[in-house]
Amino acid sequence: MLIPLAAVLATAAAGGWRGYLNVLTDDQTWAAITLTVGQAVLVTFLNVILGTLIAWVLVRDRFWGRSVLNVIIDVPFALPTIVAGLVLLSLYGPNSPFGLHLAFTRFAVWLALAFVTVPFVVRAVQPVLEELDTDVEEAAASLGAPPAMIVRRIILPSLAPAIGSGAALSFARAISEYGSLVLLSGNRPFRTEVVSVRVLTFIENGNNAAAAAVASAMLVIALLVIIVLDVVQRRVGRRG
Amino acid sequence: MAESQARAGSRGTLRWLLRVIVVGYLVLLIALPIGLLLWRTFADGPGELFDALADSEVISGLRLTVIIALWAVLINLVFGVTISILLVRYEFWGKRVLSALVDLPLSVSPVVVGLALVLVYNGRDGWFAPALNAAGLQVIFNSPGMIMATCFVALPLVIREVVPTLTEIGDDQEQAARSLGANAVQTLWRITLPSIKWAVVYGVVLSLARAVGEFGAVKVVSGNVTGRTQTATLVVEAKYQGFEQPAAYAVAFLLVGVSIACLVVVALLRPQQLRS
Repeated sequence: MLIPLAAVLATAAAGGWRGYLNVLTDDQTWAAITLTVGQAVLVTFLNVILGTLIAWVLVRDRFWGRSVLNVIIDVPFALPTIVAGLVLLSLYGPNSPFGLHLAFTRFAVWLALAFVTVPFVVRAVQPVLEELDTDVEEAAASLGAPPAMIVRRIILPSLAPAIGSGAALSFARAISEYGSLVLLSGNRPFRTEVVSVRVLTFIENGNNAAAAAVASAMLVIALLVIIVLDVVQRRVGRRG
Repeated sequence: MAESQARAGSRGTLRWLLRVIVVGYLVLLIALPIGLLLWRTFADGPGELFDALADSEVISGLRLTVIIALWAVLINLVFGVTISILLVRYEFWGKRVLSALVDLPLSVSPVVVGLALVLVYNGRDGWFAPALNAAGLQVIFNSPGMIMATCFVALPLVIREVVPTLTEIGDDQEQAARSLGANAVQTLWRITLPSIKWAVVYGVVLSLARAVGEFGAVKVVSGNVTGRTQTATLVVEAKYQGFEQPAAYAVAFLLVGVSIACLVVVALLRPQQLRS
């Protein structure tokens, strides 16, 4: 497992620093990188808000169909990515029954990333929220704290580490997503081409060195995310 | 009194608002598209589905997926449990690094995983090319490489399930068994493995779902040769881009079925695990 990853770094380094920068600052590659990172940030931000809301509704609210919802959350995780792309294409693509033709636009990239990253924040927050005692909230409410204040002062601080680690995972996943985008985004250079697709194009053209350069940049990002996660979890562990 | 009623009223509205937002988002993003896929699959009657599945490319893709998924799950089962036991029960140098690296495949792009394997194992200028050629093995563009790629991406799923359970059960029983004269193998078979049974099953089901659905890494490693190294997910892409939508929908339907079946199995197993 490690040797192959080391090979990526070695091949990337073989071209020298200048070659490395040349590949990364190539117009098309740079456009792909900024698009990917931009959309990933956007999706992660959305996941932080909606994911927390979803977890909240799943834990605190009681209504018919809640357990179905609970299973649906996991679907993007288990669904093959290519099928996820196909599925989204059937609703938001050229043959959409509602006339929503969003495929091959930047919104389609966002849609695919949102689909595959739904479970991360929800699944990170849910167990923490389940263990959270309602006593403190009730005490605060009985002392006259308005709901907004309870959420901000009591609930959010205890959820923050879970939200953080969920967000890191969803960001990492969004950056590296490939399968669901193949069919949906159209992979138009400069417009909807993400980093993974760019890497694959390099590989298919036999330009392994360039592929390795871009891949190593992605590896570094993945590593950073893992380190952040590790630090967050350690801090939580100490507090508990 | 009136004030508290008003507050309860506004909280009720808020609750409904949240409910609608959450359900709406999930339905629009997940449930509705999948429902539509199922509807499209059966739109022309079940005959179409069977026709599509009788296609020789589809059959060979499905067969390859089953073979690869079974091997990958088997390998992950053995290594996943071994690594988990190592991580939880033993202290060694580099343990923290190993435990962080185990999560790496979850955040690395499948395309990068594929590229990494190609760089090392390809027969022309890979790192291991001389040794592989001498042994007469072709790894890349062949099933061993595809199995490796699948193992790589699915390994963390087993470990992430088993490690917390192992930590939680502690090693009291194992120590008791050992003090009563059981050797290492007996302790493993009689004490450790039975107590992590459900976590292992759960991890295996998840990694099966992932193995069946792997796309990016396999695409890079396999060379995507129609009828030879094309797995079910690659068939979906090829068929869709070849304007054979019914076939693509049919295979996608099967894959959806497998992944939902995995989820249902997991959902049924969870309570059992908690009870034990």
